[in-house]
Amino acid sequence: MAILVIAEHDNSSIKAATLNTVTAATKLGGEIHLLVAGSDCADAAAAAARISGVGKVLLVDAPHYAAQSPENVAALVVGMAAGYSHLLAAATTVGKNCMPRVAALLDVAQISEISGVESPDTFVRPIYAGNVVATVQSADPVKVITVRATAFEAAGEGGSAAIETAPAGADLGLSRLLGRELTKSERPELTAAKVIVSGGRGMGNGENFHRLLEPLADKLGAALGASRAAVDAGFVPNDYQVGQTGKIVAPQLYIAVGISGAIQHLAGMKDSKIIVAINKDAEAPIFQVADYGLVADLFEVVPALQAELG
Amino acid sequence: MKILVPVKRVVDYNVKVRVKPDGSDVDLANVKMSMNPFDEIAVEEAVRLKEAGVATEVVVVSAGVANCQETLRTAMAIGADRGILIQTDVELQPLAVAKLLQAVCAKEQPQIVLCGKQAIDDDANQTGQMLAGLLGWPQATFASKLVVAGQQATVTREIDGGLETVEVVLPAVVTTDLRLNEPRYATLPNIMKAKRKPLETTNPAALGVDVAPRLKTLKAAEPPKRSAGIKVADAADLVLKLKTEAKVI
Ligand SMILES: Cc1cc2nc3c(=O)[nH]c(=O)nc-3n(C[C@H](O)[C@H](O)[C@H](O)COP(=O)(O)OP(=O)(O)OC[C@H]3O[C@@H](n4cnc5c(N)ncnc54)[C@H](O)[C@@H]3O)c2cc1C
Ligand SMILES: Nc1ncnc2c1ncn2[C@@H]1O[C@H](COP(=O)(O)O)[C@@H](O)[C@H]1O
Repeated sequence: MAILVIAEHDNSSIKAATLNTVTAATKLGGEIHLLVAGSDCADAAAAAARISGVGKVLLVDAPHYAAQSPENVAALVVGMAAGYSHLLAAATTVGKNCMPRVAALLDVAQISEISGVESPDTFVRPIYAGNVVATVQSADPVKVITVRATAFEAAGEGGSAAIETAPAGADLGLSRLLGRELTKSERPELTAAKVIVSGGRGMGNGENFHRLLEPLADKLGAALGASRAAVDAGFVPNDYQVGQTGKIVAPQLYIAVGISGAIQHLAGMKDSKIIVAINKDAEAPIFQVADYGLVADLFEVVPALQAELG
Repeated sequence: MKILVPVKRVVDYNVKVRVKPDGSDVDLANVKMSMNPFDEIAVEEAVRLKEAGVATEVVVVSAGVANCQETLRTAMAIGADRGILIQTDVELQPLAVAKLLQAVCAKEQPQIVLCGKQAIDDDANQTGQMLAGLLGWPQATFASKLVVAGQQATVTREIDGGLETVEVVLPAVVTTDLRLNEPRYATLPNIMKAKRKPLETTNPAALGVDVAPRLKTLKAAEPPKRSAGIKVADAADLVLKLKTEAKVI
């Protein structure tokens, strides 16, 4: 049977996490179909068709999918589900919003945020803030899955899948998007960045956060992240939060500045290749996971670091 | 207007859980249990809506073992009016909980169900969305702001790129994110008062719900540990090591 991956997109391009989801799907065996449901989304479908490993792109283009509301998209996916062994989406805020609704309407469990595929019915997923990894088996006729992007490579380009137009479902009219306030940034996307500079409560205030960490991130071509405490205190917007209940990241280099290393924070970044911690408290738990620890006042070290980078 | 708040009893967020020696499951013997933090936020928000004269009654419901009573009492100490315990010793997965809540909604007819976005034990992030699907209601997940006016709710949602505002027709399911509010501490008089608030007990069979788990846990393991590395002397030393040793810059 075929596998359906629900693409995340902005009607013109495909979001990076979908590429990792396609890779997870290739481990299941079966032809991969990619659903692009949106409005005026032919460009997104064309981009989807170039992803290697994709057998077919299903394009559903209608005004009521413009905002990709979970109610309308879930109903659409449920209507298309017959004939598929697995339905997958990335474990982003979009996928997490929509897929449980799909699962419930199909009367099956959802397997959340898998980090591994053991077999077509057995998956690995972190629980308890990543302190435990569980291997779970599903006996449901169709497996509804969200995928942790950092646990799978991104699928490459070079595919040339056929694009097939599929009929739209009804507009349920249950919700209406009033607006989006998106964080504008020239920096790489947090979840796909090679280098991340992340600040915590130790930054003291938003002004310090930007004044100290932005030039450092510029030097390194890095994305900016933050702890929950820094977000709660209003130093930076919510979409900077790394952790159990924020974003999961796994860059080549993660520099934690003024972050203590609570388990909820570690859950989001401990799969980074190299971790650097800058903290004035030598006992801070972040040092237990850091490859390179610098016990010092960040207000002295960060400017020095920037100077060293030339 | 009635608000229903599902509250889950989970391992306290400060506890670092361990796996049983036989690797079959997580060892929960003698660990501290608390209300799921996102549910505390949900209870607080519902109580504020009542204090603001928007809601008339706040009903809390918990599914699980008899000790979930404590979680319900905690919610009532924050200000919920009454509690419903759906008692069972069966391991409950999100789909089962959503079906139980659907049955409770059929009886209670709430206008808003205010769930946590995620239980910090299973990290599932499913129940609210599933419930909304089963009921055919709109859903507004990951809320950082909730405004209820008439038959509508306007919800600001925390999404990967920033914020988004949606308008949903009631009845609806809303799930809470961290920035929605800061829950109050229950005062001693309110803790005492909560002991006398009504608490009804029911069970899955009485609600006509099959709660048999759909997913089987084959194994639980601790992830590979990261070991602490080295301390560097200063910024220059750090840059040198990142360049020549780690080769990441
Ligand atoms: C339900 C729930 C979900 C959560 N989800 C998340 C999540 O997703 N992500 C997350 O990050 N947290 C999350 N948390 C919060 C987590 O438990 C911690 O409270 C939080 O991570 C602490 O942030 P922090 O390290 O910035 O602050 P703190 O713990 O206050 O640490 C600040 C650190 O800065 C250091 N410092 C201060 N001044 C200086 C200086 N001048 N120079 C150098 N160092 C300095 C201090 O020594 C200290 O170690 C969650 C909590 C709960 C209950
Ligand atoms: N056993 C339960 N009893 C009551 N509410 C629950 C239960 N399980 C989950 N919930 C609710 O659903 C939310 C999300 O849980 P989950 O889908 O398990 O991550 C929680 O924050 C609770 O509001």
